[in-house]
Amino acid sequence: MMRISPARIALYAISALVLVYLILPVLIIAPISFSSARFLTFPPPSFSTRWYQQYFTNPAWMQATRVTLTVALFTVVIATPCGVAAAYAISQSKLRIMRVVHMALLLPLVVPIIITAVGIFFVYAKVGLVATMPGLVLANVMLGLPYVVISVLAGLQSFDPAQEMVARSLGMNRLRSFFAVTLPQIKSSVVAGGIFAFISAMDETIVALFISGGQYQPLTKRMFTALRDEIDPTIGAISTLMTAASFLLVLLATTRQKRKVG
Amino acid sequence: MTVSDPSQKHQRREHGLMLALVSPALLVILLLIVLPVGWLAWQSIYHDGFTLENYRRVFTEDIYWRSFALTFEISLAVTLIALLLGYPLAYLANSVPKAWSILILSLVVLPFWTSVLVRAYAWLALLQRSGVINQFLRYFDVISEPLALVHNSFGTVVATVHILLPFMVLPLYATMQKIPGDLMQAGASLGASPSLTFFRVFLPLSLPGVLAGCTMVFVLCLGFYITPELLGGGRTVMVSMLVSRNVELYNQFGAASAVAVVLLMSVLAIFFVVSRFISLDRVLGQK
Repeated sequence: MMRISPARIALYAISALVLVYLILPVLIIAPISFSSARFLTFPPPSFSTRWYQQYFTNPAWMQATRVTLTVALFTVVIATPCGVAAAYAISQSKLRIMRVVHMALLLPLVVPIIITAVGIFFVYAKVGLVATMPGLVLANVMLGLPYVVISVLAGLQSFDPAQEMVARSLGMNRLRSFFAVTLPQIKSSVVAGGIFAFISAMDETIVALFISGGQYQPLTKRMFTALRDEIDPTIGAISTLMTAASFLLVLLATTRQKRKVG
Repeated sequence: MTVSDPSQKHQRREHGLMLALVSPALLVILLLIVLPVGWLAWQSIYHDGFTLENYRRVFTEDIYWRSFALTFEISLAVTLIALLLGYPLAYLANSVPKAWSILILSLVVLPFWTSVLVRAYAWLALLQRSGVINQFLRYFDVISEPLALVHNSFGTVVATVHILLPFMVLPLYATMQKIPGDLMQAGASLGASPSLTFFRVFLPLSLPGVLAGCTMVFVLCLGFYITPELLGGGRTVMVSMLVSRNVELYNQFGAASAVAVVLLMSVLAIFFVVSRFISLDRVLGQK
């Protein structure tokens, strides 16, 4: 048993309140989405799935969902190999410039996203990439890269490069030794990085607000507009689904990372 | 041509390969963040000739000035509140058995993985006039008129702290974990009360974590857009909203760019100053 002093009791109480503050908004979303009322009225009225029906039958929401999933998928497919290659080179090379490269790859985390968004908008306006699918994917690849790089670099830190040297001294070429020796050992970090890039693309809103349009608007852009203009309760259902999806993905990513450690 | 040394040649090939491996990612970064930000900077000083007019407006016109001041005020408030809420939580997580600290930290990062939009929606549902909290309070006759909890600075701060709190707790916890427990025991064995050892030993040793957490929260808050836009009710105009309005509503690209550049410079200046005290890796939460 720990010493129970008044300070200790205060510490428990404050921490409990802070945890409630952190968790309550996340927990409240699901009950709201199953309520028949426009908002969770207290006491709650009847149970209903009408907002889910509205989401799944509305062509605009469905189109936005397709756009989001397509963008997120392409983002992962492009960002993961680029990020892995970069992280590998950063960890292996003794070139001085690699430190600068490393910092550059983390820029998307440092530059306020609103600035990135407006900047990309200006550049895209010049080259005709506004409101296009490739434009949207490319922007999300850029934003997702740091997650892949950080995750893979962390994985490579616990990997002994001598193993790859051994494989090469036994006659494998560089590429084969990477795929046969290195990749299997950092696989979980690679997968985790990819998943984080997917979530980042799924959640990205601000860049999409500026550069997406027409039929290529992701879910987040439509949600933002709907929240700003007049709160559409369908958003409760979408929020619940999105939250469930990202929790599942995070669970997948972290269990993979843990297996690596343990 | 000199006689090429085979090992030198090998090394050159090795360097070339490494640069080739890094180039796709670097190209994406150069094209989609370095070029756009450079473009903004250029646009802020060039319009049919070199001009500082945009910066003059940013620094002298009232709306810009007020917006920058408000943004700094809100960011400061959010940082302080996050520190006050986050420090005890990190402290508790650090002082309980492993299983409990894992539970606490999981609860801290749980909302972190919920979309910012989803959380804005949740806060609207909680804080609106007809929202959960107002209805709850009226049901139990605590209040007779609904409170104005949202569409003002209050709602913005409540939701922003909620989003940024994990960025405070995690570096704090990481720093606290590295403080050796023996030091507290040494303090106690020398006759110091628990509160004295806390203030004289633990708190000073945790300051790097405080600095890292505060920097991250403050800097992220400076550039916040979605939360103030949705929960601020149009009256809480933060700098990021100034940028977007100048682009979307008024087509004032030069002004938007100047505001963006000033915001970016503020952020970089903060990172630069902080990097003199602690490593930036710590702030960005990599290690």
